[in-house]
Amino acid sequence: MIVRILGEGQLEVADDRLESLNQLDSDVESAVEAGDEEAFRGALAALLDGVRRHGTPLADDALEDSDLILPPSDATIDEVRALLSDDGLIPG
Amino acid sequence: MSMMKRISTIFRAKANKALDKAEDPRETLDYSYQRQIEMLTKVRRGVADVATSRKRVELQINQLQSQSDKLTAQAQKAIDMGREDLAREALTRKSGLTGQMSDLQAQHAQLQREEEKLTLASQRLQAKVESFRTRKETIKATYTAAEAQTRINEAFSGISEEMGDVGMAIQRAEDKTQQMQARAGAVDELIASGALDDASAIGGGDDISRELDAMSSQADVEAELAALKGGSTPAIDAPETPAVEAAPAPSEVSDTESAPVEKGQA
Repeated sequence: MIVRILGEGQLEVADDRLESLNQLDSDVESAVEAGDEEAFRGALAALLDGVRRHGTPLADDALEDSDLILPPSDATIDEVRALLSDDGLIPG
Repeated sequence: MSMMKRISTIFRAKANKALDKAEDPRETLDYSYQRQIEMLTKVRRGVADVATSRKRVELQINQLQSQSDKLTAQAQKAIDMGREDLAREALTRKSGLTGQMSDLQAQHAQLQREEEKLTLASQRLQAKVESFRTRKETIKATYTAAEAQTRINEAFSGISEEMGDVGMAIQRAEDKTQQMQARAGAVDELIASGALDDASAIGGGDDISRELDAMSSQADVEAELAALKGGSTPAIDAPETPAVEAAPAPSEVSDTESAPVEKGQA
């Protein structure tokens, strides 16, 4: 499974790690829903750390789609909301 | 996988929408390549912009540092002269600068991180663009327009996503740099106006320097006076005496006053 951390690049993560990442992902999601910026920062850091720890960076010249795309490490809740909406963040 | 999945789907949809579609799919490859090159230029310019901002903050930190050193020296001088009140004033101002400096140092660290991130992003994009170019040439040389479509979709994988990622990274770096430039502008104005010299002065003007200067010039006068009174007087006069008296001496000495004196001395 290929995971992209925005602003950092892509990593190959073994499929059996998905379970634990899922848990971390739902932590991030509930923090976003609650609008709790501090909980969000902690949860996002934990999720990205999990990916970095279990992942191997892809070669720079690889041209592959990611299965998952994660927000940048210094993202705010607002930026994640923008990533989840149809407009915003990616300039045309 | 809910949130990650949603972000991925939406991100990819946006990135793909940004692609130009041409009638002949092989032309799409060229269009896309052109856009990739443009993006590469843009990200490099982004790196340069962030570096410029970083250097500006560095310069400001240095300026504040030298102000701060100056205040330390003033405090020391004031203590030497027994003026604790002036020393305290100087140190109070210095502590004001220290706050400004740690703020600037935090900005500097953030700009440095941003610069590193963009530099890496530009390296990744360059490698991918190169990889795309090779694949593009192969596709154009090997396949007919009809056959090319699936290969092209494969070639677009990753690159459009990377373009979206890099585009976003540039945008975010620009936003951050802009915020900091506004603050850097304010610091520049402060430095230029000299307001930082007397950050907490009530009367205005660098009164610490003025007072210390006044005191030290007084001290200089005293020191010179003491020197004059002491044994060092001949050392100062000796080289000057012959030069001063040599010129007027011949005409005047022969006349009235000097002659009797010379006689008396003899």
